[in-house]
Amino acid sequence: MSTTTVAHHEEHAEHPSGIMRWLTTTNHKDIGTMYLTFSLIMFLVGGSMILAIRAELFQPGLQLLNPEFFNQLIGVHALIMIFAALMPAATGFANWMIPLQIGAPDMALPRLNNWGFWLLPPSAILLTLPFTLALFGIGDGAMATGWTFYPPLSVQGGIGVDFAIFAVHLLGISSVLGSINIIVTLFNMRAPGMTLMKMPMFAWGWLITAFLLVATIPVLAGAVTMLLTDRHFGTHFFDAAGGGDPIMFQHLFWFFGHPEVYILLLPVWGFIPQILETFSRKPMYGYKAQVYSLWAIGALAVVVWAHHFFTAGMPVPALLYFMYSTMAISLPLAVLFFCWIKTMWKGSMSFETPMLFAVGWIILFGIGGLTGLVLADVAADAQYHNSYFVVAHFHYTLFAGGIMGIMAGTYYWLPKMTGHMYSEKLGKLHFWLTAISFNLTFIPQFFLGLAGMPRRIPDYALQFAEFNMISSIAAFVLGFSQLLFVYNIVSCARGGKKATDQVWEGAKGLEWTLPSPPPYHSFTEQPIVK
Amino acid sequence: MATHSTNQYYVPHGSIYPSIISVGLLTLASGFIFNVATDKSKDLAYLQAPGKWMMIIGAIIISFMVFKWMGSVINESLTGKYSKWEDKSFRVGMIVFICSELAFFAAFFGALFYMRILSVPDLAGYDLDITPYKDFLSTWPSSGPGGTVLGVEYKPGTLNAMGAWGLPAINTALLLTSGATITWAHWALIKNNRTQLIVGMALTVALGVAFLICQAMEYHHAYTEMGLTLHSGAYGATFFMLTGFHGFHVTLGTVMLIVILIRCMKGHFTPEHHFGFEGVAWYWHFVDVVWLGLFIFVYWL
Repeated sequence: MSTTTVAHHEEHAEHPSGIMRWLTTTNHKDIGTMYLTFSLIMFLVGGSMILAIRAELFQPGLQLLNPEFFNQLIGVHALIMIFAALMPAATGFANWMIPLQIGAPDMALPRLNNWGFWLLPPSAILLTLPFTLALFGIGDGAMATGWTFYPPLSVQGGIGVDFAIFAVHLLGISSVLGSINIIVTLFNMRAPGMTLMKMPMFAWGWLITAFLLVATIPVLAGAVTMLLTDRHFGTHFFDAAGGGDPIMFQHLFWFFGHPEVYILLLPVWGFIPQILETFSRKPMYGYKAQVYSLWAIGALAVVVWAHHFFTAGMPVPALLYFMYSTMAISLPLAVLFFCWIKTMWKGSMSFETPMLFAVGWIILFGIGGLTGLVLADVAADAQYHNSYFVVAHFHYTLFAGGIMGIMAGTYYWLPKMTGHMYSEKLGKLHFWLTAISFNLTFIPQFFLGLAGMPRRIPDYALQFAEFNMISSIAAFVLGFSQLLFVYNIVSCARGGKKATDQVWEGAKGLEWTLPSPPPYHSFTEQPIVK
Repeated sequence: MATHSTNQYYVPHGSIYPSIISVGLLTLASGFIFNVATDKSKDLAYLQAPGKWMMIIGAIIISFMVFKWMGSVINESLTGKYSKWEDKSFRVGMIVFICSELAFFAAFFGALFYMRILSVPDLAGYDLDITPYKDFLSTWPSSGPGGTVLGVEYKPGTLNAMGAWGLPAINTALLLTSGATITWAHWALIKNNRTQLIVGMALTVALGVAFLICQAMEYHHAYTEMGLTLHSGAYGATFFMLTGFHGFHVTLGTVMLIVILIRCMKGHFTPEHHFGFEGVAWYWHFVDVVWLGLFIFVYWL
């Protein structure tokens, strides 16, 4: 018997066309495409915001932006990049690839899937609307608190904080719905014979991500709800006058915020090993060790949150606990790094664009991880806290570790999704431009931070001028090289050399057994996995 | 997986309801923001009325679309679109959803424990030479030491805790009994005893409504006689946010129970196939468990 299941789709012949197709679709590939497109657009929106900031920081003194607007851009840049660029990109890949990788007809809850996506555009509107409203004299722009909403500033802030609170609520609902769908799909839709320990690593990464989202996003929702009632309904959660504490917000926020880092990274840790094994033409090293490490990191992620505010004041035993538990994360992470490198070891390697991004990713994300160890040290953190060192550190983890990983995945799966090969030449150019300008943007920021330049301030002391200038120039190169990425994706979607089913010589897994692009209904007959 | 019909996974046709619900949510949220905008800047008072209307319109859109969406799910269920395979998806999905709800309540319980164990004792424990809160004692319930909040003087009143053994104990009994009656109704459904099923469901709905009435009486008592309000510092904030969100969930649960009761009376559900019933029952038990946490940590201890 070669088939056990058949996907049954109502009204096969009638798919609405035009805008109605996208508004009503329950197809996992359509929804995945919408997620990825939305993510790319928001990546450019968030990127242009930061270019305005880098332009202001090009020289000391205030030139282009007033400080209030500068702060608004910083906070909204972060929220957009995290919630509207990186997370939807990972969810988009999950939608596209998980059913293909596990041999499922579709995602388990297709209508919920549609809702999960369509919550995103309203949240993007809520995030950016205050800028527009301010032009018409309504309110004073977006929230100027940074993406972390720390009270008392966020309690005092204007209408922009309310918009951000509700944007976070909608984004949170979207993430929880997406997670429910992915968990259900992975538990209930796997092809016969595909046990959990035979799942592709990407599926594992996402399963743990989804658990983290379900456990932590509602806590963020609760925290911003308390903020809302503190702002408008007279509660005193974050005010000492009523027996509350602003630092409690930091605990609640980072209980979500630290797992969020792994929420952004675990899906990438899932597919990077798959890219490495494809282009090394040998099986992934240490599959089990990687799965267990992912679990260990997922578990540790929820018990280390307070390392984000060591300097806020904590009893010494708490400081020590959070320091050691944070450092403990580097153990499973070291196992992962070892497995990634060992996968390439003595492989028959070739360096197409996805592989270039994947290898570059290992090195750059490694720098992000190691600088995190320095920040986890309570004594050292007193110097680094709230400085540009932190900014450089988390851009190495989230831009290199997150977005460059997503780029690797994009080039890896783009031929499968579109049925065409992208331009390898442009892809490689994009990689080198991105990698070099990224380093030139953020290496100076490590030194700026060590020398004491604080983050989120539009002006700085004169001795920081040269490094800021280098950083700003490189940031503009980095920003504009992304237009190559967009061009490459669009031209690949519109035509080009036909891609084969397997696309890459060393590619293994169910998604490569389907035609490129896969048919509208992926696996109408569920394959048997031995 | 022998027959053709059981080994097909049902993928529903396209649906416009989710995207319209999102529009409704956007309208509701921005309406709410406009409605409360005057709190922070008085010159935005003209936004209050349009904000209110946007909230009403948004709520209507959402309710109507949820009604239509659930209607089509019920219709698909009745026309036999769902087999064991889809059923398992719904089950796992519901369990994960309830876990996320528990995490939401955990945030508010966390705030309660933090304030009671850490921030209130800390505020009372500063060195007397430097503390601005000289007369503040670490007691619970506490409405805080008082002070100036954003330029407005905040004077905490003296508070008494809401006693556990009056209405809250009755409410505990009501919810626990309702947990029993819904299980009794479930047994009836499995035995295909429709009368017992409908009686059990009706009793559960009645107990849910009784709980909400008691809760409303308690709030009225707190506001008018005890001087315990949302503004009453740490105790008031945690008390009303925890019991308020719980009450909101009971309200939703009761609406869901009423829908299930109507479906039972219409003859829906079979002894083998009744996830709609079970999902709501699970939700009701979750509400019950959260209440037990509230009863112990908010009222009793």
